[in-house]
Formats: sequence, structure tokens, C-alpha cells
Amino acid sequence: MEPLLQTTALTAFYGDAQALFGIDFSLNEGELVAVIGANGAGKSTFLKSLTGLVKTKPEQVRFKSEAIGGMAPGEIVKRGLALVPEGRRLFPSLSVEENLLMGAFAQRSGPWNLTRLYAMFPILKEKRHLPGTSLSGGQQQMVAIGRALMSNPSVLLCDELSLGLAPIVIKEIYAAMPTITGEGMTVVIVEQDVTLAQRVSNRIYCFQEGKVSLQGASNSLTREQISAAYFGV
Amino acid sequence: MIETLLQGVLLGGLYCLFALGQSLMFGVMRLTNTAQGDFIVLGAFAAISAISVAAVSPWLVAALLLPLAFSFGYLLQRHVLNGTLGKDPLPSLVVTFGLSIVIQNLLLELFSADPRSIETNGLNTQSVSLPGGIAVGVLPLLILAVAIAATATLQWLFNHTATGRAFRAVSDDREIAELMGLNSNRVYAQATAIAFVLIALAGVLQAMRTTVSPSDGPLLLLFAFEAVIIGGMGSFWGTLLGAMLLGLTQQIGFRIDPGWGIWMGHIVFLIVLVLRPQGLFPKTRG
Repeated sequence: MEPLLQTTALTAFYGDAQALFGIDFSLNEGELVAVIGANGAGKSTFLKSLTGLVKTKPEQVRFKSEAIGGMAPGEIVKRGLALVPEGRRLFPSLSVEENLLMGAFAQRSGPWNLTRLYAMFPILKEKRHLPGTSLSGGQQQMVAIGRALMSNPSVLLCDELSLGLAPIVIKEIYAAMPTITGEGMTVVIVEQDVTLAQRVSNRIYCFQEGKVSLQGASNSLTREQISAAYFGV
Repeated sequence: MIETLLQGVLLGGLYCLFALGQSLMFGVMRLTNTAQGDFIVLGAFAAISAISVAAVSPWLVAALLLPLAFSFGYLLQRHVLNGTLGKDPLPSLVVTFGLSIVIQNLLLELFSADPRSIETNGLNTQSVSLPGGIAVGVLPLLILAVAIAATATLQWLFNHTATGRAFRAVSDDREIAELMGLNSNRVYAQATAIAFVLIALAGVLQAMRTTVSPSDGPLLLLFAFEAVIIGGMGSFWGTLLGAMLLGLTQQIGFRIDPGWGIWMGHIVFLIVLVLRPQGLFPKTRG
């Protein structure tokens, strides 16, 4: 059976600079897969290529048996692939609730709506009329996750959820993961914290300089294997 | 003195109508339409020629002109201006500046340099008497009312509707807005379409109140621009208040010396620009 999401020899460029050198990646329904790697390994570029923010060739990305590489981001989100972007990127002029409603623009049906989100993150209900960017970093991350969930995706892509957050806040954010995956959501997380990534995921891909340097079931990989793949030493 | 202030507020209402379209286009897509004034004049001449051909009421002409302006604005943005948008503001400035020259010469060719106006059956000379022996023109009062209504409607649209939410979202972060499934080129076209309704409205009212000639555009642009900058970006009430301040200053200037009106407006504009470059009532959040 063809995987839910698959990339084949995926390459990506920023102008003349090549960032990805032939990534082979597959994702099955219901999995939580972590992508780890050092700064500049191409993790964010990878997620951007999946969501159309970085252009690729059509056949390099296949989603639900359709070639979606290089499609407009709006077309991809309507097909069920949603991104929580690096650095959250909330709309500063929009309130918390308006930010969440932007996610519903793709108009896909599914379990996620404002009521469900507010039940998962009650603090957002309390602050729903405040500007999104006036919240604390952790709360902003909740809004960013919520905004992506509002499109009712089949696959949720999370770019560096823990970036710039205190450990206790990171714990709080990841505490929501079982609720999200409990709905049958397939998730890809990009994470710098290897221990965290290994603990929450089923499988791990390690990137190094735009290539996959290691992959396998999270509980089968040893620390030595990972650090070798991570740093290339 | 009270009469001068009253006249200033009434003039401010007119300037507000000149400026709202500019404020909207700049707020949503950071596009400075340097042909704003010429489009106002174009709207005025469209109404004037329609009336001279069909001899119908100016209000009927305005009612027909507004949807036409909406479509025109939509198509102009979709097929011309969207191609000029980007990190560099220069292409949009050059293209709208070019449009400005084209419109001025086209109008000059078609209508000659003579000033023209819309006949209002005496509405432009009617006035109401206020206590204290002050007379206020009915038409300027009407223009002020239209300006306030337009500002309130636009601000409501921007803050409380899905269309306004889309405007703010593409203005904040175009890339992420598109990631959410928004077509920013279509959102921009909607914004320009609304701006052109306001431009046409301003043109018709300007031609009713006074005369217009093909070379008026740049001065109208200047007043619109000053009102937007004084008021602050991204707030339509700010634009209204900026226009009021400009109108008041000009009237006070005229009162001191007939040659000082416009000049004093520019001086206040420069003072605001030096002391508070973000404008008096900015709404844009960073």
C-alpha cells in the first residue's frame, strides 16, 4: 500500500543554494514521526517543500496518491496538509480567535472547531479577544497549533514547537499531543531536542546537510547512532 | 472664529473622502497609489459626461457609477497592480505614476483644460442657518455626513467581518495567509475595488461642490496623502481625524492670509512627520 505521504529524491533550492539533496521519506496513517537534525540540516526546508512554501517538482511529493509537489500552499492545505510554522508566525493584527478562524479558511470538515480547541487549551478561550501576539510564547504556540488544527488536516506538520520556550512550557505543549493524535491525526514534528523527539515519536528521521543520515523506529535507535547521524562524527 | 473652525471640519470631511481609498490600499498591500487624485478626477469626469449625455439626476449617475468603479478597481488590481507588488515599492510607484500621466492627458484630450462641474439644481448654494448668524452649506454638510458614514462602515468592515479579517491577515503576513488557503491576489483586488468605490464617490461630490479640471489630480493626491500620514497608517478613524486636522489648519491659514491656507496645511503635515512619523493615531501592530 502506498504511504499517506511520500517524498522521492526530494530536492529544494533557495535561489542557487541547494538545501535538500534527495530526501526519501514516507509517512503512514496514524504515525507520529520526528525529524531531527542540527541547525541548517534542512528540516524546516523539508516542511516548507511539503506545504508548497518552497517549490519542488510535482512527483517529488505524493500525498494521498496525488503528486502535490510545487502546488500553491492554499491548494495543499485544502488537501489536508497543515503546517505549524517555525516561530509561530501569528497575525499581529488579529485577535486569538481571529487567528484560529483563519485556519478554518480551508473549509475542511472534521472534529476540530473552536469549542474543541478551547476545551484542549482553556487559556485561549479566556484570552480569545486579545491580540494573538500579546500572549506568552507558550500560549502563542497553542494558537499556532490550534490555527493549523482548525483546517482539520489529515497530517499536522509542526516546525520546532519547543523553540524559545521554557522546559515546563514545552511539557505543557506536548501534553496536548495525545489528544491530537487520539483523533487519528498523523503528525510530523521537527524537533531539536533529541530526547524529547525520541520519547514522543514512533519513528525518527535524522537529517544532516540536506540528506537523511539515519532513520528507524524511535525505540530501536541508540544514543550513539543518533549523535553520529546528528553531528556526522 | 467658530465659523472658520466649522468650515475647517467641513473641508476635512471632503479630504477624508479623498484619503480613505488611499488609506485602505496602503493598509492592506502597502501600495501607494500615486494616481489616487487622478482617479478621483476621472470619476468626476465620468459622472459629468454621463450627465451631459443622458441628462439624468446626478444621484442616479452616482448610483450607477459606484458599482462600475468597484469592477474597475477589481480588474485594475487583478490585471495591472498585482504584478507590481513585492518587497520593492518602486514598481508600484512607477506604474501608478504612469497611470496618473495617462489619465491627465486623456482627460485633457477629451475634455480640454476647462474646469467643469456637476449641476446640482442649486444644492451647492443652499445653506442652513445656525444660531449666532452662521450659515453652513447643505452640500458640505452632506459631504461630511457621507465621509463619517464611509469611515465608520470601512472600519466596521475591517474589524468585524471575514473580508476585513482577510485584509488584515494578508497585510500582516502574506505567506502565512496563503498557507491558510487565502488567495492574496483576490484579497488585494477586493480591497482596491472598495477603494475605487470611495474614489468615485469623492469624485462625484468634489464635482458637485466645486469645479474639476484634468490637472487637479496631483493636488488632491497631496491632500489625501497628508491626511493618511497625519492620521497614521491602518486606522480609518485616524484618517478621518487627520483629514479634519488638515482641513482646520488650511481654513485657519486662509483666515490669516488667503495665500497661507494650503501652505499651513503642508507645515502641519511636516511637523507631524518630524515629531510623530508613525502618525497621530496609528493602528498598525508590529
